[in-house]
Amino acid sequence: MEKNKNTNGVVSGIIANLVMVQVDGPVSQNEICYINLAGVDLMAEVIKVLGDVAYVQVFESTRGLKVGDTVAFAGHMLEVTLGPGILSKNYDGLQHDLDKMEGTFLRRGEYTEAIDTSKKWDYKPLAKVGEKVIAGSWLGEVKENWINHKIMVPFKLTDSYKVKWLAEEGNYAASEVMAVLEDEDGKEVPVTMVQKFPVKIAIKAYKEKPRPFRLMETGIRIIDTLNPIVEGGTGFIPGPFGSGKTVLQHALSKQADADLIIVAACGERANEVVEIFYEFPHLDDPRTGRKLMERTTIIANTSNMPVAAREASVYTAMTIGEYYRSMGLKVLLLADSTSRWAQALREMSNRMEELPGPDAFPMDLPAIISNFYARAGYVKLNNGATGSITFIGTVSPAGGNLKEPVTESTKKVARCFYALSQQRADSKRYPAVDPIDSYSKYLEYDEVREYLSSHVSEEWIDKVEETRNLLLKGKEANEQINILGDDGVPVDYHLRYWRSEVIDFVILQQDAFDKTDSSTPMERQQYMLNLVLGVCNTPLEFDSFEEVNPFFKRVINTLKQMNYSDYMSDQFSQFENELSTILTERKSA
Amino acid sequence: METTAFKKIYTKITQITKATCTLQASGIGYDEMAEVNGRLAQVVKINGNNVTLQIFSGTEGIPTNAEVTFLGRPPVLKVSEDLAGRFFNAYGQPIDGGPEVEGEEREIGGPSVNPVRRLQPSELIPTGIAGIDLNNTLVTGQKIPFFADPDQPFNQVMAMVALRAKADKIILGGMGLTNDDYLYYKNVFDNAGALDRIISFVNTTENPPVERLLVPDMALTAAEYFAYDKKETVLVLLTDMTLYADALSIVSNRMDQIPSKDSMPGSLYSDLAKIYEKAVQFPEGGSITIIAVTTLSSGDITHAIPDNTGYITEGQLFLRRDTDIGKVIIDPFRSLSRLKQLVIGKQTRADHPQVMNAAVRLYADAANAKTKLENGFDLTAYDERTMRFAREYSKELLAIDVNIDTTQMLDTAWGLFGRHFSKAEVGIKQEFVDLYWTEKE
Repeated sequence: MEKNKNTNGVVSGIIANLVMVQVDGPVSQNEICYINLAGVDLMAEVIKVLGDVAYVQVFESTRGLKVGDTVAFAGHMLEVTLGPGILSKNYDGLQHDLDKMEGTFLRRGEYTEAIDTSKKWDYKPLAKVGEKVIAGSWLGEVKENWINHKIMVPFKLTDSYKVKWLAEEGNYAASEVMAVLEDEDGKEVPVTMVQKFPVKIAIKAYKEKPRPFRLMETGIRIIDTLNPIVEGGTGFIPGPFGSGKTVLQHALSKQADADLIIVAACGERANEVVEIFYEFPHLDDPRTGRKLMERTTIIANTSNMPVAAREASVYTAMTIGEYYRSMGLKVLLLADSTSRWAQALREMSNRMEELPGPDAFPMDLPAIISNFYARAGYVKLNNGATGSITFIGTVSPAGGNLKEPVTESTKKVARCFYALSQQRADSKRYPAVDPIDSYSKYLEYDEVREYLSSHVSEEWIDKVEETRNLLLKGKEANEQINILGDDGVPVDYHLRYWRSEVIDFVILQQDAFDKTDSSTPMERQQYMLNLVLGVCNTPLEFDSFEEVNPFFKRVINTLKQMNYSDYMSDQFSQFENELSTILTERKSA
Repeated sequence: METTAFKKIYTKITQITKATCTLQASGIGYDEMAEVNGRLAQVVKINGNNVTLQIFSGTEGIPTNAEVTFLGRPPVLKVSEDLAGRFFNAYGQPIDGGPEVEGEEREIGGPSVNPVRRLQPSELIPTGIAGIDLNNTLVTGQKIPFFADPDQPFNQVMAMVALRAKADKIILGGMGLTNDDYLYYKNVFDNAGALDRIISFVNTTENPPVERLLVPDMALTAAEYFAYDKKETVLVLLTDMTLYADALSIVSNRMDQIPSKDSMPGSLYSDLAKIYEKAVQFPEGGSITIIAVTTLSSGDITHAIPDNTGYITEGQLFLRRDTDIGKVIIDPFRSLSRLKQLVIGKQTRADHPQVMNAAVRLYADAANAKTKLENGFDLTAYDERTMRFAREYSKELLAIDVNIDTTQMLDTAWGLFGRHFSKAEVGIKQEFVDLYWTEKE
């Protein structure tokens, strides 16, 4: 959006955070403006234009705002600042650094810099003078924590350029010019370590977006074993309150095999973010041994922060993710919760008196959600390297009912569905992911099946299918037992039910608060699944149903003790021996 | 916003609805307070020179030539130590016959705490009620509602919790309280000799419903003064938040907004979160803990009000009448305190988490046995033991009239375990069993 002169305006109407502005020149949809309220500039975004009146949503409280107050339009959309120094930061939804703000309470219009541009970095050039480059090409790199942070040709540059000058290896501030590019007409473009990019536009500095195939390990058995997610995949976790959405997301953020994690805390409890602030600096990343906080960036728009910035917060997080993906990194983006974002859209649409869709949500909600999920993915960059954004969002369905617009719209686009069940949560079976309703579409991908057969084992997919079948059979048997009574069904029904219980207790349930059990590497998951399937396939003999329950309780207890022991330790093998002794007691000849 | 020496009086109202009136005025700030023939009102919409006011006490009898003056400020509360021991209405005016409180004027509904400036809640709040302290421990800086049907004694339980909690200040925000309940609170606090720690903002059923919207903000502005400025431990009681939400829906309806689920405004989640998120532990020492009441209609927690509340608060407490013992108990299945992990076994005895889980698990076994019995199936000996355990557990620990400290609660639980079960059935870590197991009496 190129404009010669910046437009100004005056406030002509106010309804909560929707403000009407009489403008004196051209304005663009989604353009940022600043409303001057008694000397303080309040940031706002254009969401509708009618004649010479721009409707803007203000990212702050409008208390005290008056008709006639002046407005200055910025000439650009909502942008994030991209450069080294983003990792480990705590931002608000508009990428203002929360730690740099003064005082205990948030103050209206206090906008802090996202990146400290005076900070110096050790820089190493990667490109060569004379090389042809386009947006996203790597010019050099700096060390940000342990990540090789690439300095790239700004994404806003659309033409192709020639590198005219490159800074030598050395220590530079982020604001210094690192390279000079020259376009075909000989016009020079200086490039620093820092660039800006609008959040609502996807960064497309890559060659292609192939189907993802590589498993992303999370250490969570019910995900990795039964419903795997892949690097560059999408998934969502719907669940009623109290079903453990946040604990599951925290577990993902702690354990997932990603280079960096971006957590968008979108309209949720402030104390949950505080938990991350307090815990992550002390927790170790199991893969690098570094502190978890070093690979984590938090975008916090908690439920008491301005509603309009809530929508922006997920886009801010996604754009930062795309920036790091363009460096060839594996990014995991978590958003908790996307329902709050949809509600923010609903509040605005309501104030603008748009005709509502289902449950008063805006009509274009499904389109907005699918566009957003589509920005995740596995990409091949122009230089042949690969990068990915894996996106997992939580959904908070009203009343726990999955037949509501946000869940339904998300189900159409997200490929993994981790349904949290109230019933499982009530019986303390955590993680409360429903094993029957949940699915991963990636198991149908030929690329993924091939990857799993070659990287885990050839029979792996069959075993996963078998596990699912056993669970389903167990569920059916249990229903029969409940209808007909313990002694009204053959003993075999009890066996079927208890075999599914073994899978449930040993594979599906996992103690997120136990040091060993909380994260299970793939090799161990494979070992345990084989062991459990071995138990399920052992033919057993019982005289009456009353013997089944105590026997399997012992089996489950022994297997659970294995889960709590270090893999392949003496203790681990001891329990395994114990298990085979128990099994021989009842093994049919 | 500066106050001017003289105030312009407007006398031409162009539009009147049940809750709002519109007039032509200029230089008016959004959210500003006004008086319409002496009734308090607030600016809710400005369109050019047309200013729409929401009149809190309703528009009955307001003429088109009513005198309208703007106060040049949003709603405020005067805060000082003198607030302690006083009773106010929704506007912060004394209703106890005492003098106006002098102090610093604070805007109500002020800004939020920067999340990086919060401290993780960490101090246990003892209440003596085992259903809370043992199973759903409360922590300072927490926000938690009682989900209760209107016939349940939630006001009594709240008053009890408030008096036993060792808080420096207790602030009561009463919304749609019946006059009888208001007097009940007043008496209970008075009899306990606690009046000097109590501050009340009360909107009774006799007052217009829209006034209620001011009550939580008034109560929490006072709470922030004591917790932040004075570094005190503050407990805020809000009853009944369902009536608050009903008032929100009345206003949004009068403003022609499109309702979402259960005729509630689309902004219900944000409106409630703004209140509950005021609960905080400040690094400098003070804290605000919110205990609220959300009444349900016949236990339905999927209704928009309890549903949105559940997503915001850190757990919920359910009251239930246990017909086996004829007492009201804190339901161990549906109640939850999300913050209990921060304190149990750390500020309480180390066996606390295990004892709590074992007892609830055995209680669940009893519930299954009961279902079996109701369906006409035979009970095993174990089933019968769990049912005996459940009755005693309910009576000695879950009932709301229990008042013992946490160590006694744990000892009582161990006593029950020893009386009804074998060590293997209880399944607690061996080191605790060695320490606390008591054999059958």
